[in-house]
Amino acid sequence: MPHDHHDHLSPSGHPYRQDNDSGLTYWQTMEIAVRELLVEKGEVTASQIADQISAMDERSPANGAAVVARAWTDPDFKARLMDNASDASREMGFDIGPMHLVAVENTAEVHNLIVCTLCSCYPRNLLGLPPDWYKTREYRSRAVREPRAVLREFGVELANGVQVRVHDSTADMRYIVLPARPAGTEGMDAEALAALVSRDSMIGTGLPRTPSST
Amino acid sequence: MGGAAAGAVPMDGHDFALWEKRVDALMILGSGKGHFTVDGLRRALEDMGEPAFESMSYYERWIAAINQNLIEAGVYSLEELGEKMAEVDARGETYAAAQGISE
Amino acid sequence: MTRAPGSAVKIRALSPPGHIRTPHYLRGKSGIVERVLGRFKNPEQLAYALPAPKRVLYRVRFTMQEVWGETAEAPNDTLDAEIYEHWLEDA
Repeated sequence: MPHDHHDHLSPSGHPYRQDNDSGLTYWQTMEIAVRELLVEKGEVTASQIADQISAMDERSPANGAAVVARAWTDPDFKARLMDNASDASREMGFDIGPMHLVAVENTAEVHNLIVCTLCSCYPRNLLGLPPDWYKTREYRSRAVREPRAVLREFGVELANGVQVRVHDSTADMRYIVLPARPAGTEGMDAEALAALVSRDSMIGTGLPRTPSST
Repeated sequence: MGGAAAGAVPMDGHDFALWEKRVDALMILGSGKGHFTVDGLRRALEDMGEPAFESMSYYERWIAAINQNLIEAGVYSLEELGEKMAEVDARGETYAAAQGISE
Repeated sequence: MTRAPGSAVKIRALSPPGHIRTPHYLRGKSGIVERVLGRFKNPEQLAYALPAPKRVLYRVRFTMQEVWGETAEAPNDTLDAEIYEHWLEDA
């Protein structure tokens, strides 16, 4: 796959993929053609497409961080989250569509890691689109076979005795990790706690930030 | 590919281009209209085989799968697709230039 | 009959061509039903735009020892996957 567009860096420091300012590709031609055919045939409107893009752009890991922080501070909510993470997310006002979400909890004994070996299933309706690495052959191949080696690449060192529990999203469920609340966060409110919750900590390839590191 | 040997996980990321976001939106809207299921898209992706995984980017594979499913569902014909792609291609050299006049 | 959580199950070792949501690396492996997820349309029919009756979907837990044998990175680590009822047999 071409990843050589580092001469065009976005404000986030990530390279843009080929876009408006580079040569039209075959697949871009197909996207335009498919989209225009669907519009001409009355299947979708241009504004529906724009609205759908906006709706997905508005979804971000901050949504999941709010859910996690609430679970850290509200035991009743945490119980509802573990019982049915879809309903718990909706209760907080997040439009996650028909997604079936399962929360899995990290503890002193267990560390959870999420992968989809068959494609790229991800709780996109809560967290937004997945990071590129989540969709790579490397992650999908290795997360189920050598999760500890993968975790080390992500900088996650597990304490002795911690069991790794990998979740392969093979069918209709999507998974979110409920990370363990970091030490030293006593007295912090949900909003402050949410700022500690990284995207990767909800996939299992990271841990929440600690107050001293923010 | 679960369990296969592979190298280090590439940590590079990129911001999604407009055309990629549009592919994503077409996937959601097309399945919402009942023209295909996510399972139908995955089937088409798998049928493209390993070479496509190496040679095409993620959203390139997805627009190919969406198109395959729309053709199979009879939403438009191959003739219509061919004519439209030729028309789009003739509009200009860049993605921006190839947009229809209604954009 | 729905299998209860805790039931021992084995993944059927079949390999028909086509779109199947049972990963190859789990076929023929034994595990335990972790929970019953509900009934969902069979993706093996959805993938071909066919009428798709609902089938029971389970979350099955495997040990890494069972899945990878001697080459397991940590034998007691576990792996959960969602498996449809027609891919399960008694262990």
